[in-house]
Amino acid sequence: MTDLATDVLIVGAGGAGMYAAIAAARAGAGHVLLADKSLIGRGGATIMAQMTVAAALGEECPDDWQSHLEDTLAAGRSLCDENLAGLLCRDAPARIREMAEWRVGWARRDNGRIAQVSAPGHSRPRCCYVDFLNTGPAVAATLRRQIGQIGAIHRVSNLTVTDLLVREGEAVGAVAVDIAEGEPVTIAAKAIIIATGGLTRIYQRNSASVNMGGDGYALALAAGAALVDMEFVQFFPIGHLAPRLVGMDPIMWDPFRYKLGGRLLDREGREFLADYGSDESTGYTTPRDIATYAIQKEVAAGRGSLHGGVYLSFTHMPRQALEAAFGPVIERLAKNGIDLGRTPVEVAPIAHYHMGGIGVDARMASSVPGLFAAGEAAGGANGANRLSGNAIPEALVFGEVAGRSAALFAAKRPMPALSGGAAEIVEQIRSLAEGRNGDVAACELLDELRQIMWRDVGPFRNAAGLARATGRIEEMRTALPKLSLPAGRRFNPALADWFELRGSLIAASAVAHAAAARIESRGAHQREDYPDSHPTWARSQRVTMSAEGRITLGPPQ
Amino acid sequence: MTKHAATKHTARLRIRRGTADEPQPRYQEFTLPFEAGTTVLDALIAIRRQQDPSLAIRYSCINANVCKECLIAIDGVVDYACTTRLRDDKVMTLEPLPGKPLLRDLVTETRPRRERLK
Repeated sequence: MTDLATDVLIVGAGGAGMYAAIAAARAGAGHVLLADKSLIGRGGATIMAQMTVAAALGEECPDDWQSHLEDTLAAGRSLCDENLAGLLCRDAPARIREMAEWRVGWARRDNGRIAQVSAPGHSRPRCCYVDFLNTGPAVAATLRRQIGQIGAIHRVSNLTVTDLLVREGEAVGAVAVDIAEGEPVTIAAKAIIIATGGLTRIYQRNSASVNMGGDGYALALAAGAALVDMEFVQFFPIGHLAPRLVGMDPIMWDPFRYKLGGRLLDREGREFLADYGSDESTGYTTPRDIATYAIQKEVAAGRGSLHGGVYLSFTHMPRQALEAAFGPVIERLAKNGIDLGRTPVEVAPIAHYHMGGIGVDARMASSVPGLFAAGEAAGGANGANRLSGNAIPEALVFGEVAGRSAALFAAKRPMPALSGGAAEIVEQIRSLAEGRNGDVAACELLDELRQIMWRDVGPFRNAAGLARATGRIEEMRTALPKLSLPAGRRFNPALADWFELRGSLIAASAVAHAAAARIESRGAHQREDYPDSHPTWARSQRVTMSAEGRITLGPPQ
Repeated sequence: MTKHAATKHTARLRIRRGTADEPQPRYQEFTLPFEAGTTVLDALIAIRRQQDPSLAIRYSCINANVCKECLIAIDGVVDYACTTRLRDDKVMTLEPLPGKPLLRDLVTETRPRRERLK
């Protein structure tokens, strides 16, 4: 067995985790361990981002971060943590310019200025991007190159952190499994940053990488930390539905809408957004929560497209305009049998981002000393609905703060001894790798969980569906020890499934419980049985977990 | 806006199984129905869920082709499982990347050396 010790352990190596590693090293941490279930800098959400990044750079017209903050707070439907949202907006320009220095090729105007386009919810053109649909891959590649140049950063791919270790209320380390060899690993850590991204992988229709099943939330809850705003899952309104499209992210239509507008049509070819109070005569302006609501309502009323979404049409655009805006992408679409000049595509909501997450202060410290969070894993900055373009700034800005804060915390602390619980967890990993007989495998239950979450804890919710979901989730949690698991240590995917399912069930339970308790509709949380917003609910809910694993709700502290 | 006929096809996939410890390469054939447009990665995920959860594959971004993790040998040609479509006119042979140490089934050691524990 491998026993490691580090100043700062970072769980998750997407944009937030990679930036946190850079910041921790800059702030003096001599040993930073950057671990990911997937490969470093290739999993997570950052690499999937095609566009756009919001930052008050003021390249197109005068702008300032307070204006970006006002827009962020308005999108958040009175629920944003203003300190966190302010931090995001204030530091975003510095991070984006730093990316340019590190050779991220932001699209530029002929005069050399960074191009900034309008996006729904922004009061002025503020969103920059890398052509074509290449924002996330460019940022991820740049961060990978940066961390590769810093000696203090030690990277480990395919290392799944299964449990955090806590002693006398403080985080002291973690137990992990090296998936490649199926071997347990213990890690003593002076400070820990959770940067595991969100939980959208627990929904049937999602735009997530495989490592985004909510495990970071489960780790934090089990360590005693509180989560906030867990009921708010952002459903991206126009995720690709049909015809089958491969080699492209399902979120890809948004950039087309930013650049070209495009029209959302019902079964009869009629534009419907105006029926829901959204006037698109001046361009693409409908916020995500309202567009998702409108599409779901059209489908429910029998006016949806053949595969259960709506149509997105660019057939009114001249072919030259399509080619000028998306050059090589038009050819990639043709390979999928899609000709935008001739036929519309079908789109429908898809789970895209989680507003909720680990409750943190402005240093990104959780309620457990020594435990920090960054990026999508941290909750609060985006309230009930995230403004488009705020996710990558959040990853970079919060990663920077978390890395610095964790390094400072680590500097004041001797290397902690691991808690007594470590041996038990190591034994559990070994026992699971020896295989188990049972009727059901974890990957079957993961599939069922995704269906349940989509149907009962999805874009529209009601009391009966939420009760059904929480009941079944608890049954599945009870079934965990009895699942079948083929034996094998070296890269046994069923072993990874088992831990993924355990984490996803806890995260799902937190979402479902918080959604059941919020008896109103607000932003991304829409209740069929409570369709209106109530001023008394303009507050966050806090989720904790008891030692026995019971999810508990309370007001924020 | 006519609906494409959701014709059912049948894929036969001959997949290299096991770890490097086994003396002889071992293959297992799986059969599954599919609709036009389905990819090799879709099929591998469906096999794991419906037939054999022990089948090891490496992927992260599913179908966006940004993570580049699902590179395998398909009928002897190195290609991405996420962008290669299934065909029903012949058995497709899936093997791990040649020239990389085999971990299990279709998974090879593709982690950069500095991203491994040992």
